[in-house]
Amino acid sequence: MTEHAPLPGVPAPTDWRGATHQRRMAKRYAAERRFRWLGLAAVLLSAGFLVMLLVSMLAGGLNGFVQTQIALPIDFPAARFAIDPAKLRGPAADLALAAADLTGATDAAAIVAYGPGGETLISDGAWTQVRDQLKADPSLLDKRVRLWVPAADRIDIAAKRDGAPADEAIVAKLTAAHALTTRFNASFLTGSDSTDPTMVGIWGALKGSLFTMLVTLLLAFPVGLFSALYLEEYAPRNRWTDLIEVSINNLAAVPSIIFGLLGLAVFLNTFHLPRSAAIVGGLTLALMTMPVIVIASRNAIKAVPPSIREAAFGIGASPVQVVFHHVLPLAMPGILTGTIIGMARALGETAPLLMIGMRAFITAPPGGLRDPATVLPVQIFLWSDQVNRGFVEKTSAAILVLLVFLLAMNGIAIYLRNRFESRW
Amino acid sequence: MNAETSITRHKISARHVNVFYGDNQAIRDVSIDFDRDVVTALIGPSGCGKSTFLRTLNRMNDTIPTARVEGEIDLDGEDIYAPEMDVVQLRARVGMVFQKPNPFPKSIFENVAYGPRIHGLAANHNQLGEIVERSLKRAGLWDEVKDRLSDSGTALSGGQQQRLCIARAIAVDPEVILMDEPCSALDPIATAKIEELIHELKGRYAIVIVTHNMQQAARVSQRTAFFHLGALVESGTTSDIFTNPRQERTKDYITGRYG
Repeated sequence: MTEHAPLPGVPAPTDWRGATHQRRMAKRYAAERRFRWLGLAAVLLSAGFLVMLLVSMLAGGLNGFVQTQIALPIDFPAARFAIDPAKLRGPAADLALAAADLTGATDAAAIVAYGPGGETLISDGAWTQVRDQLKADPSLLDKRVRLWVPAADRIDIAAKRDGAPADEAIVAKLTAAHALTTRFNASFLTGSDSTDPTMVGIWGALKGSLFTMLVTLLLAFPVGLFSALYLEEYAPRNRWTDLIEVSINNLAAVPSIIFGLLGLAVFLNTFHLPRSAAIVGGLTLALMTMPVIVIASRNAIKAVPPSIREAAFGIGASPVQVVFHHVLPLAMPGILTGTIIGMARALGETAPLLMIGMRAFITAPPGGLRDPATVLPVQIFLWSDQVNRGFVEKTSAAILVLLVFLLAMNGIAIYLRNRFESRW
Repeated sequence: MNAETSITRHKISARHVNVFYGDNQAIRDVSIDFDRDVVTALIGPSGCGKSTFLRTLNRMNDTIPTARVEGEIDLDGEDIYAPEMDVVQLRARVGMVFQKPNPFPKSIFENVAYGPRIHGLAANHNQLGEIVERSLKRAGLWDEVKDRLSDSGTALSGGQQQRLCIARAIAVDPEVILMDEPCSALDPIATAKIEELIHELKGRYAIVIVTHNMQQAARVSQRTAFFHLGALVESGTTSDIFTNPRQERTKDYITGRYG
């Protein structure tokens, strides 16, 4: 290799091996490395937070699904109920049992078994357990039996975690006597709200959420989808459609509590729909979800390649056929993704539902769309506000139920999305 | 050439066609005829309006909101821009193959069956299958795909995709086929296959093909029309245009002076 003297006026050839370029290269490599580490750190940090959240939820919440129960020996003949055992086999059973003083008998049995103050060891709702067992087996009326009933919440807390020293002592004594057990709390999944944390259940709120989401989906999905289709495929481009587009984008950014006020003013005060009902909650959340679905659907429709539209038009497909045979199936995965995001947001929404009265204390699951109901996030909010310590684990357990609900909902949507994608 | 008297003799007759995109005039006063059993090539430099003109023949410009067409275009003596003309039927009668192969993201079978299905051309599934087979055979693709009709049309090679698009167009049994630079995205071998195919299709349809490639125009067409700056400069038999152009501009373009 011979060295050439640089010609005057001609720049010297770039020296790719020179010190300047070595330095540039080193800097470039360093930047690449920095960027990779930063990205990894960000991912690890968010994963760490997620794991922390899940672990703390599970640690606090799983206890909510089990219940401490106390053995309660009851001498039914001694309680002298004036119940005709024959009546317990018919539809009149509830009435017959209501007339009997089961509460008094249960408390008396507790005092007999555990001495004065024994009635405070069992849950206020323990008698319902006695009632249910009697209903299941009326022959118990002639026997002396040992039933398991829910423990009072202070005993429950002492048994599971850390209670007052006095309660801890009681728990130790009961455990030694094999009078304490932990069982799966079935009533948490089948019951509704209550003032007694040992008796609360999530089913009422779950059913309320289910009804509310159903109304929201049935309203927001078709309205949002057809609005998006019309705006993208049919609407002329003019000032009015621009105005509509801006309004929809703004609606998606409106704070949710405003929608609650709107629901209060329109659905309750103008249309006189029932307060606290799932239908009003669903309508309000649909207003909130619709703009999200419209925006996501429009983007998905826009992303369908124009060549597909041309191909379909070119073969003589009518505008409706082009939309329903080609554009919509191709846009469906994107539309469903937008719907999932909108519905997930609606499921977790609390503020607008407070405005329309869905924070009421409701002890029975709603039977229909017009019945008073509450939803999971509002129930969580209400329980987290309770002073009674027994509600702490119930709150966490309710959060777990909400997460499972959310996962199930997203799972269905992702399944549908994959089905649409695998059509070709 | 007195076109007014012979208007009904031709498959398609365009008279004094102007096309505007907003205020911009893309086609200026074009009058031309297209005949059955003839391949007509539209040639000209980029942006001369030949594709725009092609798209007026099956009203594909309707999908562009700002486009406006003036003048008269007759298909078998019927004005295709008349209010009573049904665009959907028109596009079934005047099929189109686009510059970039654009098969539907569906199976090969579905791609070809789509047109006959929406136009109700098959009474049952067997008949539909026959139409699909016949169309694929005519497009010279049958032997390559007969064992994988349920595979996605988009998984084929570029040349195969374009032949699939031709099969899709002929499946609805059109009278005219418009081709908008059908080979510009293909390699020479795939191009040769398409050109062969055009030769074979010539006997059944009136074919109008836009092309950038003058050798291709010379190879496949019997008539050629030269467009420049939105106007039709010259049209005639292909051999006349290429060997004996009447206009100076045509000669310059043919000899590669610009374009």
